[in-house]
Amino acid sequence: MYTLSSKLKLTAIICMIVGAIGLIYGFIAAPETVEDVKEMMASHGEHGEEHATEDTHEVNVEQLPGGDTEVENIEHTEDNESHAAEAEHAEAGHGEEASHDNEHYEHILHQLQNKPWAAIYVAAFFFFMISLGVLAFYAVQYAAQAGWSPVLFRVMEAITAYLLPGGLIVFVLLVLSGLHLNHLFVWMDPEVVAHDEIIQNKTAYLNVPFFLIRAAIYLGGWIFFRHLLRKNSIKMDDATDNTIFKKNFKLAAGFLVFFIVTESMMSWDWIMSLDPHWFSTLFGWFVFASLFVSGITTIAIITIYLKSRSYLEFVNDSHIHDLAKFMFGISIFWTYLWFSQFMLIWYSNIPEEVVYFIQRIEDYQLPFFGMLITNFLFPVLLLMNSDYKRVNWFVVMTGIVILCGHYLNVYVMVMPATVGESWFIGIPEISAMLLFGGLFTFIVFNSLTKAPLLVKGNPFIKESKHYHY
Amino acid sequence: MASKVLHAIYRDDDLLLQAVKQIREARYHIGEIYCPFPVHGLDKAMGLAPTRLAITSFMYGLVGLAVAVAMMNFIMIEDWPQDIGGKPSFSFIENMPAFVPIMFELTVFFAAHLMVITFYMRSRLWPFKKAENPDVRTTDDMFLMEVDAANHNIDDLTDFLYKTGASEIKLIE
Repeated sequence: MYTLSSKLKLTAIICMIVGAIGLIYGFIAAPETVEDVKEMMASHGEHGEEHATEDTHEVNVEQLPGGDTEVENIEHTEDNESHAAEAEHAEAGHGEEASHDNEHYEHILHQLQNKPWAAIYVAAFFFFMISLGVLAFYAVQYAAQAGWSPVLFRVMEAITAYLLPGGLIVFVLLVLSGLHLNHLFVWMDPEVVAHDEIIQNKTAYLNVPFFLIRAAIYLGGWIFFRHLLRKNSIKMDDATDNTIFKKNFKLAAGFLVFFIVTESMMSWDWIMSLDPHWFSTLFGWFVFASLFVSGITTIAIITIYLKSRSYLEFVNDSHIHDLAKFMFGISIFWTYLWFSQFMLIWYSNIPEEVVYFIQRIEDYQLPFFGMLITNFLFPVLLLMNSDYKRVNWFVVMTGIVILCGHYLNVYVMVMPATVGESWFIGIPEISAMLLFGGLFTFIVFNSLTKAPLLVKGNPFIKESKHYHY
Repeated sequence: MASKVLHAIYRDDDLLLQAVKQIREARYHIGEIYCPFPVHGLDKAMGLAPTRLAITSFMYGLVGLAVAVAMMNFIMIEDWPQDIGGKPSFSFIENMPAFVPIMFELTVFFAAHLMVITFYMRSRLWPFKKAENPDVRTTDDMFLMEVDAANHNIDDLTDFLYKTGASEIKLIE
């Protein structure tokens, strides 16, 4: 049995407290009126100038596709007044500088007000997606009847314990958005929809009640499957035959079918709908690759940690080697999807699709391309060598880089639509990561204490104990 | 030089693996082992050095990548930078996404083919090569081990090999 060390518990709690304080600060520091924004910008002289130049550029982007078919400028559509003003603005040609300025400040205000919300949303989704990725991996191990992994099952089950609280938090955030407490999702704003024909045509799918019902179905389904799999796994410890294993096998196969459909829809709902003018067909896979590789990386890191505390007697270098292989392979898979999505849109350069990437390249150049280094170059070069995959600290270091990279991935998926060019990884973002990181650590390691770390009664456990690559 | 070798034939790969361990412990020298199929762990038991084929493959891959980059940079950017469908051909990096499929394929092509050729060269395999098979049955169901008899007493060595489970032993001068 694993006992939660008081040090770890304390660290997790400190992380949560510091994170919570930082977030509260983030909410307090967010400006409330246009005057606040002006004051803030005045205190950072060059900063304001930078925005001014970018603003002229945005006008250009907007005029690219032409017409009043408002092509994709989420940050603009976010705030209804400025949106309406913008329509007039377009008609009247370039309005007077003064009104333009005010509009600009209001635009910045809405972005800055979104900042702490978006920071929470990114962090909440990031840790939730880790546990979801682990659950998918766990189900794959069952359905594929893998012989190497059963010694790691309890670690995976513990990580999926975060699915319930993490899912609830994400759901609450979605409900809060639905209640108009924040402006993360533009299409939830009736004023915006009233002026936006493109969103109007999508309201059959994108409306708050249906959105929340869908979210409840996905979350309920995942949590339900997780509950059953875990319950059976514990029951299997005293099993005399394979009936429970077979039950879990079928459950896992059923879960995977349910998962791939709901995961895809979840990615449209929770992430792609942040940019309701934009769509991409492989988006679901892209999000899947990200959550899958983060999940596997987390399994590897926690396994190595527990092994170093000598809790996992039967885990050997070959198990770590296999996990590292998965990290390596799925990292390449993620890159493949990232590039396929980017290249197809870059190549055809259709205005209504390409603005998504124009915005990211213009405003998010460092995280957008830096992601390729952390999520692709790093794991490929460091985990290609078979010997390196057995060196534990190597796997941990690469794993941390991969996790940071996938945080950036979620960040770059969410932020441009919510805070636009006002992004910064500062106190609210780091605090949100600390808060959810602490919560995640606490729940996962607490769940590890609930059951023996080695499963019994699994027909593959003997093979797994002697696994050697 | 040692011209005398003993050919010991085994009928089972488990037996063979065990024999290899015993023979190495007794400090006899194994010249070669002929198997009809790969025996898992045989190279480890024999103490063979690990292959470096994967390292060569990695380097060939880098060569392939370099060839692709150099080729397309010259053709598309330097030699004749045409406007083809509005693709920006001012610099390599601007037009890079369009080159990536080729860069990828050439990397794989070089890595795979040159590694295979390296394998053929290192293991001396080519068409019309004369087969070096000491006993035809080793391609079917027998395992043959060639042990150097050099400075050892032939009778002792033969006895020893019988004890390790060899079913036939032949002295080759």
